[in-house]
Amino acid sequence: MGKLFGVILAIIALASAYPIVTHMYVQPVDISTHGHAIDEQLADTMAEAGLAFVLAQLLLAFCVWKFSNRKEGAKVFHLWGGARLMVVGAFILVGTEVLALGVLGQKAWAEVYFTAPKPDALQIQAQAGQFAFYFRYPGQDGKFGPLHPDKIDEGNQNYFGLDPANDVEARDDIVTAELAIPVNREIHLLMHAKDVGHSFYVRELRIQQDFVPGLDLSLHFTATQTGHFEILCTQLCGLGHYNMKAYLNVLSQEDFDKWMKQKASEQ
Amino acid sequence: MEEALKSQAHAHAPAEGFLWKYVFSLDHKVIGKQYYALALVAVFIGMVLSWLMRFHLVWPNAKIPGLELIAKTGAPGGIITPEYYLSLLTMHGTLMVFFVLTNAPFAGFGNYFLPIQIGAEDMAFPRFNMMSFWTTFVAFVVLVTAFFIPDGPPISGWTAYAPLSAIGKDAGPGLGWGQNLWVISIAIFCIGQLLGSLNFIATTLDLRAKGMTLMRMPISTWAWFITSCIGLLAFAVLLPACLLLLLDRMAGTSFFIPSGLVVSDRLQSHAGGSPLLWQHLFWFFGHPEVYIAILPAVGIVSHVLTNSLRKPLLSAKVIIYSMMSIGFLSWMVWGHHMFVSGMNPFSSLLFSFPTLTITIPATIITLIWLGSLYGANIQINAASLFALGFVSMFVSGGVSGFFLAQPSIDIVLHATYFVVGHFHMVMGVAAIFAIFSGTYFWFPKMTGRMMNETLGMLHFWITFVGTYCIFMPFHYLGLVGNVRRYASFVDDFMPALMPLHKFITIAALTTGAAQFIFFFNLIHSRFRGKQASANPWRGTSLEWSVPSPPPWNNFGGDHPVVYHDPYQYGLKGSTGDFVMQTSPEQILNE
Amino acid sequence: MSSTIHTPMTLPRRADQGKGSESGIWIALFAITMSFAAFTSALFIRQASADWIHLAAPPILFVGTAVLLVSSLMIEIARRGFDGKSSAQIKEHSKGLVLLLASLFLGLAFVGGQYLAWRQLAAQGFYLATNPNSSFFYLLTGVHALHVLGGIAALAYLLTQLAARGSVRRNLVNGVVIYWHFMAALWLFLLVVICVRL
Repeated sequence: MGKLFGVILAIIALASAYPIVTHMYVQPVDISTHGHAIDEQLADTMAEAGLAFVLAQLLLAFCVWKFSNRKEGAKVFHLWGGARLMVVGAFILVGTEVLALGVLGQKAWAEVYFTAPKPDALQIQAQAGQFAFYFRYPGQDGKFGPLHPDKIDEGNQNYFGLDPANDVEARDDIVTAELAIPVNREIHLLMHAKDVGHSFYVRELRIQQDFVPGLDLSLHFTATQTGHFEILCTQLCGLGHYNMKAYLNVLSQEDFDKWMKQKASEQ
Repeated sequence: MEEALKSQAHAHAPAEGFLWKYVFSLDHKVIGKQYYALALVAVFIGMVLSWLMRFHLVWPNAKIPGLELIAKTGAPGGIITPEYYLSLLTMHGTLMVFFVLTNAPFAGFGNYFLPIQIGAEDMAFPRFNMMSFWTTFVAFVVLVTAFFIPDGPPISGWTAYAPLSAIGKDAGPGLGWGQNLWVISIAIFCIGQLLGSLNFIATTLDLRAKGMTLMRMPISTWAWFITSCIGLLAFAVLLPACLLLLLDRMAGTSFFIPSGLVVSDRLQSHAGGSPLLWQHLFWFFGHPEVYIAILPAVGIVSHVLTNSLRKPLLSAKVIIYSMMSIGFLSWMVWGHHMFVSGMNPFSSLLFSFPTLTITIPATIITLIWLGSLYGANIQINAASLFALGFVSMFVSGGVSGFFLAQPSIDIVLHATYFVVGHFHMVMGVAAIFAIFSGTYFWFPKMTGRMMNETLGMLHFWITFVGTYCIFMPFHYLGLVGNVRRYASFVDDFMPALMPLHKFITIAALTTGAAQFIFFFNLIHSRFRGKQASANPWRGTSLEWSVPSPPPWNNFGGDHPVVYHDPYQYGLKGSTGDFVMQTSPEQILNE
Repeated sequence: MSSTIHTPMTLPRRADQGKGSESGIWIALFAITMSFAAFTSALFIRQASADWIHLAAPPILFVGTAVLLVSSLMIEIARRGFDGKSSAQIKEHSKGLVLLLASLFLGLAFVGGQYLAWRQLAAQGFYLATNPNSSFFYLLTGVHALHVLGGIAALAYLLTQLAARGSVRRNLVNGVVIYWHFMAALWLFLLVVICVRL
């Protein structure tokens, strides 16, 4: 039975590694400027963790295979080096590798969070509410009108609670259900939660950030390829959570300008 | 004074009757079994919930016969609605984390074996012990009641993030009285755990037998002791958090709810609260909680392995110190659940370092196990197979944690199935394996009968292979970006992943079915199992020095004296292959 | 088989009975400290919000503080008046009992004073949900008062034991008194928080 354990575990370990090694399940293509650092970090971690996983499982399989239900009178003995070797091994292997990855990993995190958006980044506000995302562009005046939660009226498509009658800046704000952005232009996404917690996740952009009611959060990113990408809500927000999504359309500058004009006329 | 004491001893004649013997018993052994039984009921319900969830994910329009009777609004016609899926998910997590993983390895086995392993007659506070179980039971009943109220159980997950959980029924189905019952249940559960932890700590510190120094306590005892220290402080934080949440829900306060929220077209009147405050409080409890779930498992497995290997582990002391380090570090890492929550990104980096550092003691423990296997003479039986399986699962689950500990990688893996795979590997599989191992190991002691080994091994093989088939693929799904807590998969990239989901569901149903082998084995062996001797596994610790099952005062009125640590197997030139802790036999080089 | 799990409702007194009681109190105090640390952290975090307006502490709180401190003093004197190592007997029957009773009533007076403080706040229009400061005021004083009531119950139990048998276990006395002092010390901490932070 011990031998069987060894064999089956070895098969399990190798079978588990197979889809990883053959890249059967991979992230979609990275269209961001900061994503390569994340992808590298993930690949490095996968290599080290994957190796550790396979080695540990094979070691376990081997030991059980070799040292179980041995002959009558078989002598038991301690591994050379004993506990000390294991402790030193753990500190060296894990300590250095783990902390190195942790230190190196800062770079990818810093690129997303510790850099300020450029002053000419395009500001767009995203509002997450049960169960849809809406987006607001500041329009010609470059300013967002203030939000009035008591004026929200979904029936009349006033998703943000704008008051153009009294707020000058709100008059030219453009509200859309899809997030269109120009390619290769930094976007500064201001995040507003209408009701409960939500989250903004675009796989291809390698970005994820919660919307927290009451907090002014923001993200900034630059898309390097045009295309049509899904924005998913990843923070449990109620019964429609699974269906709460929007589309990110990365357009050429021309197409984007055309789209903006069209949306502006629809307001 | 002594006369007064003596006369009191005679004045307290043992009470008879079903109620005092089996229901409100003060005997830690009965209480331990009660906790275990409660955990069995909870795990059964939790498992059924998981089957419903897995079924729904791959066959969303399937009619589950009979479900409409329990869930009139949640599953009309037997078809699970998205909100009911979330209710199932919430209750599954709550039942499993609280009522299974905190109950069985810690309160269940700990209550039964801690006093015996240290040579005591009972816990320090038997009445508190009895109260702690019944408090936990009441918490369970309150929780399960949520299934039967019209609006159903809450849909906010076992993590109950505010404001979704704080606003009330405007926020969604199940978030009215369902959520109230949840919060009240968990608050009551906290009280039960606090009483229990108090007992464990006082007992371990004060009631050890002569010769039972701290370092002579088995690793399982140490694990229960460290866990109870963590539990005492962790549940002492969850209880206030639940109180604040209840006040927000029922008294109109705004601890967690900011102003200006418009929920279901209604402007909420709360103001100024912080949703992140709930997350901080919850995870400050929540992270130590998962170590409460795993440390007793580590202790049980170390204990079983020491015995099965017929040699001491490379160093029990190192394992004990490593468990203590894990306990200590567990307080510093809670923010790793909140990397992308909107908290200060600098804090995220700060939290990642202790999180990564915890890998070190965890690796030390794993390497000690692996290193100890080398040169051993492993006795293969159901208990040791599950213990070895635990080691494998602990590695698997630990390795995926390594990814999630890094904030930059968490950006892409947060809230995906990768996280679900990670915590199921460590909690849903590894910790459960330890419960199984402990059961097969200690069943003879608790009942005086052996469990059926053939059935045990069959149970092991199906479960071992089955759980890998279920949870390893979760990691692949996560890598692609499959988001968690979704009732249905409507994203454009999901159809390609559905075959894998179907595979998982089939594995889950099969593995689940195999658990009936275990349930059957438990019940059948209880009544028809082979008689067990006092020491069927040739063990050294104190539980093996008393009859199977032990008498009501454990040692028959004797005060055991302890001469050795519990690791005297095979190596030290002693006579035979082991020396019991209570044996005065001299050992060379101890 | 079942005869071996023969479980009496009240276990005959064990040789090690009472061991663990004194650790028990300190362990419980650890947990209570942690809970109040949680409430206090919540307060500090919540303080960062814009709607934080200072709340003036009702003066009766200071009277209550004095009452609680005096009760602590009295219960400590009573404790020192106990004789005997494992089982405490009151040296002079009446004096010790009187001191303990006085502590009990002062404890009740303290809780009464807290209730008055709530009434005073309510009269000014500050209820539990009025603003975050009032929420924390009611929360902290309420939870503390609840714990004090627990101490009062324990003290009442001690007194009944004493009255019925003339002696009690030393551990019980120490336990109740340590708890009582802790409640006073905790109150001093909360008072500072209320005056400085609320």
